[in-house]
Amino acid sequence: MTSIRRVVVTGLGAITPLGNTAPAYWEGLRTGTSGAATITRFAPAKFKTRFACEVKGYQPDDFFDRKEGRKMDLFTQFGVVASDEAIADSGLLESGVNKDRVGVIWGSGIGGLKSLQEECFQFERGDGTPRYSPFFIPRMIADSASGNISIKNGFRGPNFVTTSACASSNDSIIAAFNNIRLGLADVMITGGSEAAITESGVGGFNALKAMSERNDDPASASRPYDKDRDGFVLGEGAGALVLEEYEHAKARGAKMYAELIGGGMSSDAYHITAPDPTGSGVVLVMQNALRDAGISAAEVDYINTHGTSTPLGDGAEIKAIEQVFGEHAEKLNISSTKSMTGHLLGGAGGVEAVACLLAMQHGMVPPTINLHTPDPEINQALNFTPNTAQARDVRVAMSNTFGFGGHNTSVIFRKL
Amino acid sequence: MSEIAEKVKAIIIDKLGVEASEVTPEASFTNDLGADSLDTVELIMEFEKEFNVSIPDDQAENIGTVGQAISYLEEHAK
Repeated sequence: MTSIRRVVVTGLGAITPLGNTAPAYWEGLRTGTSGAATITRFAPAKFKTRFACEVKGYQPDDFFDRKEGRKMDLFTQFGVVASDEAIADSGLLESGVNKDRVGVIWGSGIGGLKSLQEECFQFERGDGTPRYSPFFIPRMIADSASGNISIKNGFRGPNFVTTSACASSNDSIIAAFNNIRLGLADVMITGGSEAAITESGVGGFNALKAMSERNDDPASASRPYDKDRDGFVLGEGAGALVLEEYEHAKARGAKMYAELIGGGMSSDAYHITAPDPTGSGVVLVMQNALRDAGISAAEVDYINTHGTSTPLGDGAEIKAIEQVFGEHAEKLNISSTKSMTGHLLGGAGGVEAVACLLAMQHGMVPPTINLHTPDPEINQALNFTPNTAQARDVRVAMSNTFGFGGHNTSVIFRKL
Repeated sequence: MSEIAEKVKAIIIDKLGVEASEVTPEASFTNDLGADSLDTVELIMEFEKEFNVSIPDDQAENIGTVGQAISYLEEHAK
């Protein structure tokens, strides 16, 4: 798509298992830190997986007055906290922006799982009298995140949530991008959040045999591209971006992290949970993103992969990268930051876009940690940025996320 | 203050996030204590749960202040 309206990133925010602000998150990424530990949010003794990447040291009272905080599920709180950081970082409110031209498109794969679970448990334990809280539905529904972000700031532009499992927040970023390109808004708050470290979240993913069960060593459990990987590690948190039309940002003298130059979407049309082992849908999505960006594959420096540490998915994505990038594949830096953050599901695209933008800012590619025994089935001539960060001037970064349902998404940022 | 009044006050402080000093008998949930219509529904539900009563909608409509809640519950609590 050739668009006259260019879109830049003017603000970043994050609350993650590695740190509760974007700078703290970067410090964890740069130093190759694992966010995994034994689950504290519930008693996990009887679960196959008893660890996760939880956000640490988070107190709702630090951010919300008690009454307001209680009306938001944790995934919404994470969304508001990360968005507040991104909005403050952008200087948007101080610039006297026209709030009718600011929208919010957020991503969440699940929504308020804890709220759903609690209310259902409570009813089941009762005598059959319905005593559902009037805040149950507004806490649970996934769009409460975008709703709350707009209410808090008075943003009256386009507002909704995208749901495409683990691709949700790349889809939200692309939708926000398109809203600005099409002239429907000048500024969009976007990204995504998830908070599914609950009994039903962990039990459900265990039943799918999708999660690592390496309970004796949680910090080494998320190990994309390693031969001994045994599934993903559940993460939680939020990543937020302020996207802004270039001339609008320039006119107010805003700091610009990078330009968002392309977004690609495709579908595997194969299976509801398994990735297509041929990777053809993933080939298609990266081609779509490159075409939208109007660049050649050889211009890409860094790919933040979906790379969840599952036996099937990791290899299929790498095969697809080899197919799309050809000889250039070996010149790329590739890393899966999920090795550190765990898998934030519908929040993954948000925090991984933030990782790409911070990598560009700092000239440093965050590593794939726990890559000690390379999988011989995966082409190890590629640079997976194993275990330690690598200095590199990242001019163009691509971020991939894929979701159950066969949703594939890819976004591309370029330095200005 | 009766035991019921103490409990009613505690519920209001918890659910509406207000200071104990604000919870006077004349205080209106919506006009003085910052409650919206959903907060009021939640308060009524908490009273029902705590005092094991069922408050019909037409009577709940008449419970708009701290004092009205206390008198209703002192009369109906089991």
